[in-house]
Amino acid sequence: MLRYAARRLILAIPVLLGVSFLVFAWTRALPGGPAQALLGERATPEAVAAVERSYGLDRPLFVQYGKYLERVLTGDLGLSVSTQRPVLDELRERFPATVELSLAAMLFAVGLGIPLGVIAAKHARRSLDHVSLVGSLVGISMPVFFLALILKWAFAVKLGWLPSIGRLDVRTDLHRRTNLFIVDSVISGNGTALWDAIRHLVLPAIALGTIPLAIITRITRSAVLDVMQEDHVRTARAKGIAPRLIDRRHVLRNALLPVVTVIGLQTGLLLSGAILTETVFAWGGLGTWVYDAVGARDYAVLQGGILFVVLVFVVVNLLVDLGYSIIDPRIRVG
Amino acid sequence: MKRRHIVRRSVAAAFVLTLAIGVTAGSGGAKGPQSTPASGGTLVFGASNDPRILDPALASDGESLRVSEQIYETLVTTAEGSTEVIPQLATEWSATEDGLAWTFELQQGVTFHDGEPFNAEAVCFNFDRWHNFSGPLQLNSGAYYWRVIFGGFAENDPESDAPETSLYESCDAVDDDTVILHLTAPSAAFLSGLVLAPFSIASPAALIEFDADSASLDPDGNPVPQGTFGTEHPVGTGPFKFDSWIRNDRLTLVRNDEYWGEPALLDEVIFRPIPDNAARLQALQTGEIDGYDLVDPLDVATIAGDSELQLIERPSFNVGYVAFTQTFAPLDNLDVRRAVAHALNRQAVIDNVYGDSGEVPLEFMPPSVQGWTDDVTIYEYDPDAARALLEGSGLELPIAIDFWYPSAVSRPYMPDPQRIAEAFASDLEQVGFDVNLQSAPWTPDYLDVTLSGGAAIHLLGQTGDFGDPETFVGTFFRTDSPQWGFDNPELRQALEDALRITDLDERTAAYEEINRTIMDFLPGVPFAHSTSKLAFRANIQGFVASPVSTEQFKTVSIGE
Repeated sequence: MLRYAARRLILAIPVLLGVSFLVFAWTRALPGGPAQALLGERATPEAVAAVERSYGLDRPLFVQYGKYLERVLTGDLGLSVSTQRPVLDELRERFPATVELSLAAMLFAVGLGIPLGVIAAKHARRSLDHVSLVGSLVGISMPVFFLALILKWAFAVKLGWLPSIGRLDVRTDLHRRTNLFIVDSVISGNGTALWDAIRHLVLPAIALGTIPLAIITRITRSAVLDVMQEDHVRTARAKGIAPRLIDRRHVLRNALLPVVTVIGLQTGLLLSGAILTETVFAWGGLGTWVYDAVGARDYAVLQGGILFVVLVFVVVNLLVDLGYSIIDPRIRVG
Repeated sequence: MKRRHIVRRSVAAAFVLTLAIGVTAGSGGAKGPQSTPASGGTLVFGASNDPRILDPALASDGESLRVSEQIYETLVTTAEGSTEVIPQLATEWSATEDGLAWTFELQQGVTFHDGEPFNAEAVCFNFDRWHNFSGPLQLNSGAYYWRVIFGGFAENDPESDAPETSLYESCDAVDDDTVILHLTAPSAAFLSGLVLAPFSIASPAALIEFDADSASLDPDGNPVPQGTFGTEHPVGTGPFKFDSWIRNDRLTLVRNDEYWGEPALLDEVIFRPIPDNAARLQALQTGEIDGYDLVDPLDVATIAGDSELQLIERPSFNVGYVAFTQTFAPLDNLDVRRAVAHALNRQAVIDNVYGDSGEVPLEFMPPSVQGWTDDVTIYEYDPDAARALLEGSGLELPIAIDFWYPSAVSRPYMPDPQRIAEAFASDLEQVGFDVNLQSAPWTPDYLDVTLSGGAAIHLLGQTGDFGDPETFVGTFFRTDSPQWGFDNPELRQALEDALRITDLDERTAAYEEINRTIMDFLPGVPFAHSTSKLAFRANIQGFVASPVSTEQFKTVSIGE
């Protein structure tokens, strides 16, 4: 299994190289270019050319890319034009924010989606199942930002139960070590901050988790239905094993396989940043960071951010594949 | 019958009175009873972004300057809600006859937040610092406003593309409380420039200790200050002191209890970055923030209808105009230009595109700038007059003409260029033009074609940098440019002369005359001044909006 993991990681290298080159080439092709961005929109062509010469922007793309790779390999992702801070520093703040939000959203989606899916399967083609089907359809089709705005309007603006923006109240103090606020407040034994961080997580997690919730519910339902009709389940039932035990040991465990695949894919998606949810809740995660970088022609952020997102995807996918063998020992990786 | 008439008249009088109050208050001020403002409390302001840097000399983004306004002060500032220059760290000033030497008497008993004294030497240290910026700090992404007001540096870096000459020559600390600034050429505009936050006087000791001036270039060519002055130790003389800054979360300022003037009322001001407009509005509604800038015009009705919120309008500081490039016949014909002016239904464009965030200009600069006058030729919307002018010109109708607008861009003075251009094109076709609409991406194509004189009629505009007519009419017409395609030596000379007049009243009169000349000559038709709005919780009092955004929070308080 270790060898398998190592091989998969090695295979990721060409993927990362390819993506980094594509992003690099693409940012260089954006209208304007770094020199123009630097000198302003009314700069003379001569001045632009001078700046390009002095920063090596006039050299062949491959030479520039080589220089860039050299820096990345030494851990230098460059500086953000818009904030004048190292990209790596920003990544250290923004990725934990995204992780916290994604995990909370997946907790909501998985915690609710699997039981709902099982219940729907057990009541297949009866009214409870239809309700769950309609609910899932609404969940999948509702635009995230719209749902977010409605949630905020209802629970923050009208009822005043929950905060509408950010990760902590501006008056809450917290010693930040990991930038995962839940973890940080537990480490420092700060109950106020923990409660505040959880309250701030609720609405964005629901908004972001709704689509995965709907998908997981549907997949769980159909997987459970499939497994329930298989021979070994019928045999178990014939042997008089308690229905609850059959459900747990024989149905759910087998049905979980496709569900885990979906959970993995969805988590990978969420970890790459949720632009809309982050924007609406002023969350400060990866998604808005990379998105804003496009508008600001912030090449260092674009390159570093996208490279990192791809890395996350590769790792999450690997974890999912490894997860299979834990759930189903018949699957041998390697 | 009679009674109803009286009622109606008093309603009208009340309306006029309300308007007058609105105008004299500079459309600013908080609503509600003007009770004695309660001292203390924390104001949370929803910023659109984190500041880039708290060293204002190297800042040009609004959020950096907004925070700097609270921490630092400048020699002179603007009167509440206008662009009139009034004392701040300087108590009075005078210029020599030739306009080359400006003497400033300084406020006494002022100390920086680090306890260092504010005096003439500190002032000269700052001016010399800016003038001697080197390397990357000279770039537009560094000392942008120094370049706008003073031009070049002591030694220009060849890569900075900075103007060759500098307006600044030297600074003399005559005694502790007197400073003389020597200029290389007379310029009255520089005084209006000095109100801007980038000309804040910072503590020399802190600038040195926290290494404000060494900067490196990152591999993409951006200046990156190496010290911590602009990120962790900004030190000025202002009513608030820097406390802490957690990026992407909050920036906290606390009241400066040793402030030399009337101290701030609030204990704390916290700036919280919320990039999304809708999120800012909801955060204001929940009370998570107390105010924010640049309200989306679509949200104005919501805020106006909420008794817990209030709107404050910032006076316009921009102009959008229809420009004529007179090298394209028959635009060199005054009657044709006047016909265009009468043909354009500018009020309809304001109503349809700007909502209640715009007004039709009388001239090429907004009313908040000195030298603005309503005594200019006014071109009412009158298609019949336009048609008559064209028919009287002896030209064959319809007159074929290109009309350019930038595609897929929104500027403060021109939120939707395509809609504006289409509306104007249809106005022009009705009076005898055959309009060929043309468009190009804003930069570089559109700016290239319009500024180099390749676009007959085109849309363009300007947001002012500082509160002086020079930033509008001076920028447009003091040098003849291919964009306008005319040579009007009298106008050029008048602008050159006005730039040198240091007496305020004389200067105002000169620019009023210039505005009359321009609107008679009609090089283009100004069509919009757009305004922006700030929103606050209803209990926030004492905020006054400034056209050039020099807004201090020291007068702000939180009521019941």
